[in-house]
Amino acid sequence: MEQYLSVKNINKFFGNFQALNNVSFDVKEGEFVCILGPSGCGKTTLLRVIAGLESQSEGFINQNNKDISLLPPDQRDFGIVFQSYALFPNLSVKNNISFGLKTRKQNKGTIDKRVDELLKLVGLSDHINKFSAQLSGGEQQRVALARALAPSPGLLLLDEPLSALDAKVRQHLRLEIKNLQRQLGVTTIMVTHDQEEALTMADRIILMNNGIIEQEGSPQDLYSKPKTAFSANFIGTTNLFKAKKISENSLEINGSTLECSENINEDLFTVTIRPEDIKICESDNEKNILQGTIKELEFLGSNIRGHIEVDFKSQKANVICNFASEYILKNNIQNNSTVNISLQPHALKIVKT
Amino acid sequence: MKKSKDDYLTIFFISIIGIYIFIALAFPMYAILSKSVENQDGIFIGFENYQSYFSNPALVYSIYNSLFVSIITMVITITLAFIFAYALTKSRMAAKGMFRSIAMIPILVPSLLSGISLIYLFGKQGIFRELLMGYEIYGPIGIIIAEVFYTFPHALLIIITALSIGDARLYEAAKVLRSKSVRTFFTVTLPSAKYGVISAAFVVFTLVITDFGIPKVIGGQFNVLAVDVYKQVIGQQNFEMGAVVSVVLIFPALLAFVVDRIVQRKQVAILTSRSVVHEPIKNKKFDTIMFIYCSIISVFILTIIGMCLYASLVTFWPYNLTLSLTNYQFDLMDGGGWDSYYNSIRMACYTAFFGTIIVFAGAYFVEKSRSVKTGRSILHLLSMMPMAIPGLVLGLAYIFFFNHPDNPLNFIYGTMAILVICTITHFYTVSHLTALTSLKQIDNEFEHVSSSLKQPFYKTFFKVTVPISLPAIFEIGIYFFVNAMTTVSAVVFLYSSKTNLASVAVLNMDDAGDIAPAAAMGMMIFYTNAAVRIIYVLITKKVLVKFQKWRIKTA
Repeated sequence: MEQYLSVKNINKFFGNFQALNNVSFDVKEGEFVCILGPSGCGKTTLLRVIAGLESQSEGFINQNNKDISLLPPDQRDFGIVFQSYALFPNLSVKNNISFGLKTRKQNKGTIDKRVDELLKLVGLSDHINKFSAQLSGGEQQRVALARALAPSPGLLLLDEPLSALDAKVRQHLRLEIKNLQRQLGVTTIMVTHDQEEALTMADRIILMNNGIIEQEGSPQDLYSKPKTAFSANFIGTTNLFKAKKISENSLEINGSTLECSENINEDLFTVTIRPEDIKICESDNEKNILQGTIKELEFLGSNIRGHIEVDFKSQKANVICNFASEYILKNNIQNNSTVNISLQPHALKIVKT
Repeated sequence: MKKSKDDYLTIFFISIIGIYIFIALAFPMYAILSKSVENQDGIFIGFENYQSYFSNPALVYSIYNSLFVSIITMVITITLAFIFAYALTKSRMAAKGMFRSIAMIPILVPSLLSGISLIYLFGKQGIFRELLMGYEIYGPIGIIIAEVFYTFPHALLIIITALSIGDARLYEAAKVLRSKSVRTFFTVTLPSAKYGVISAAFVVFTLVITDFGIPKVIGGQFNVLAVDVYKQVIGQQNFEMGAVVSVVLIFPALLAFVVDRIVQRKQVAILTSRSVVHEPIKNKKFDTIMFIYCSIISVFILTIIGMCLYASLVTFWPYNLTLSLTNYQFDLMDGGGWDSYYNSIRMACYTAFFGTIIVFAGAYFVEKSRSVKTGRSILHLLSMMPMAIPGLVLGLAYIFFFNHPDNPLNFIYGTMAILVICTITHFYTVSHLTALTSLKQIDNEFEHVSSSLKQPFYKTFFKVTVPISLPAIFEIGIYFFVNAMTTVSAVVFLYSSKTNLASVAVLNMDDAGDIAPAAAMGMMIFYTNAAVRIIYVLITKKVLVKFQKWRIKTA
C-alpha cells in the first residue's frame, strides 16, 4: 500500500509552551490510525494541525503527494467528526448530511440519492427528517459521521468521537465505525485518550506524551513490546521496577536477583511485567520465585486482580497480578494468604525510563 | 498559512465594520478631546480652558453635585432593587410575573418623564406637595427620586441574573449543615451575588451621572455636570467649554466602566461553572412580607407613570380637570408636533434595523472567525467603548466631527442618518454583549465543520448561525428600538428642524412651559414602546415557535 499522508517534523508552540515536539509519522492509504495519549499530550493539536484548523510552527504535511502544509482547511481534503458532533441543530438530518454536497452544482436527484445511500450506510434511514435534538447520542454520532463522509473525502478525522457516549453504545459504535471504515477503505485518523478504544479499533497506534511520539506500532506490539515505561503503563496495567544489571541475563530488583530472557545492556534500567504474566506457583520448578502476602483481591468478573506485598530481599514492594477467578476460589486464597509467585524470565521486559 | 477566500472576505467585512466604528466613535472622540484644548478660533491653547473651568466655582460645584446625587441614587436603587430581585428569585410569593413587568416600565419611557410626573405630584401645584413638609421637589430630592425610578429596572435585571445563578447544591449543603437562614444569606446568597451587585451599582452610578433629562426638568437651581454641558453648548454657544465639561464627565463614567468590566469578568467565571438551579421553598411569613414590599414598589412605579397618563389627559391642570385629548394636539404647540413623533418612529426603526445588522455581524466576526486575530481584538475593544461615553458627550463629539467644514461626511449633518448613527453607537456595547453571549453558546466547531465540507463561512452564517440566534437578534432589535425612542442625551445636539424627535420634543415643550403636552408626548413614547414589546412577546411565542421546531426535544 502507498503512503497517503506523511507528517514531517511538526513543532507547535503556544507562547512558550511546546505542544508538539518534532512529530513525524506516515499513514498508508486505507489505514486506520489512532493517536492515543493522556489529556494535554498534544494529540488534539496534532489532529487540528492536520486539518489546518491550527497552523504548525514548523514542519510539513504531505497528503496524496501534495504539500498541504500551508493550505487553509477548506482547500484540504478531509472530513471531520468532533467530540461534540457539531450537528447543525436547526437543520434536519437530511440537510445536515447534504450540507457539504450542495456547492458542487449537483442536481437535487443526485444529492438525495447520496443522502439515502449514506443514511442506509449508518442505519438511520427512518430518521431522515428529524432534528438532532430528537436523536440519541449514538444516532447523532452516526449523522455526524455520514455528514463527514458525504463528499467522499480522502481522509477522515475523528476527534474523540465516542467519549460523549454511554459505555454500551460506545462498545457498539466502536465496531460499527471500524466496519464502516474497512468497507469504505477511507484513510482514517482518530484521536482518543481511551486505550481500549485504540486497541480495538486501530490498525496502528501512535502513542503520544508531552508533545512527542512515545511509540508507534500495531496494538499487539504496543501491548507486548512496550519500549518505554510510559507505553507500558499507559496501555493496559503493568508493574514497573527499577533494576540493576548483574550480568548479561540477570538483574537485581530490591536486592533480589532475577533471571531475564532479554539481553541487558545498561547498568540501571526499568523492567516491566504484565499482571497476567505473573503466575502463582505450586512447585519449585519455576524460575524467579518470590514469596508474598495477598493484601487485596479485586473481583473483575472472570478475573481477580490481586495486590500482593512481595518480600524482595532488601525491602517489600507491591505487585499487581491477574488470576483466574476459578483458581482463587478453588484454592481458597484470601486476604493475608501467603503465596509464591514467579516473575517469568521471558515476561520481564526492559523499557526506557 | 495561506489565506483562503473566506479569510479575505472576513478581513474585508471586519475592515468595513472597523471603519464604521472609527468614524462613528474614535474620530468624533478625538475631535472633542482636541476641541477642549483649543480656543474659539481653533488654535491650540493647552489646558487654558481647563484652568478657566476649574477657576469657576459655580461650574466646579457641579462636580460635587453630580457625585452627590449619583452616589445617593446608587445606594437607594441598589438597596430597593436587591430586595425586589431577592423577592423575585428566592420567594414563592404570588404575581411574580406581574411585579417583574411593572418593574420594567421605566425602561420604556424617556428618563425625564419621571421628572415631569414628580412635578405633577409634588410641584408647586402638585397633589401631594404637603408630603414634602416644606421641602422643594425642584433640586436634589426631585432628581434622586426620579433617577431611582429611571435606574431601578437596569439594576434589577443585573441583580436578578446574579441571584439566579446561586447554586442549589450550596443551599442544600447549608441546610444539611443546619445553617440558619440569616447565616445562609450571608455565606451563600450574598457572595454569589456580590459581583452582580457591584456591577449594578456602577451601572446605576453611570446612568445617573451622565443623565441630563431629569436634572434639566426637575433640577431647578441645582446644577450637575450633564446639564452644564447642555447649557454651555445650547445656552451660551461656548463649544470649547462644553468640550471641557464633557471630558470631565467622561472620567467618572470611564472609571465606573473599567471597574464594571473587571467585576463582570469574575462574574462570568461563576456563571460558567455547572450549577443546579435553586428552587425556593414556601415560607408564608417571608412570602407575605416580600409580596407587600413588591406591591409598595409597584405602586410607586405605577403612580409615577399613572400620574403622567392622568396629567396628559386633563384638559387644563389644575383648573379644568375634565378629561380630553387636548394635550395630544401636538401640532398646535412648539416642539415639532406630530412630525417629531413620526420621526422618532422612523429613527427607531432604522436604528433597530441597521444597528442589529452591524452589531450582530461585528459580534460574529469577533467571536467566530479564525483569521485576523489583531483586527478582531481591536474590533471588540472598540465595541466596548461606547458604554463608557455619555450620550451627551457623544452627541457633542458628533457636532465637532461631522460639522467640520473639511469633513467629507459633512453632508450627513442635520439629517436622519446622523441621528441613527449616533444612536446605534450610543447603545452599541450592550447589544454587542447580548450578541456575543448568544454566539458563545453556539458550538465553535460549526465553522470548522463547514470549512471541512468546503462551504463558505457565509453559508453557515445564514443557514445556521442566524437562525439559531434569532431570539438574540430580536432582543437586540427591540433594545435598539426602545432606546432610540426614549433617548434624549445622544440626539439633543444633533436634531434639525426637519428631524425633530419625540423625546426631544418632551424636553423642549417642558422647557417652554407646556408641561402637559410634554407628558402627553412622553406617554406616546410609552404606548409605542409598550406596544412594540407586546408584539415582540407575541412574535416570540407564536412565530418563533413555528420556525424553531428544532428546539423541541420530542419528535
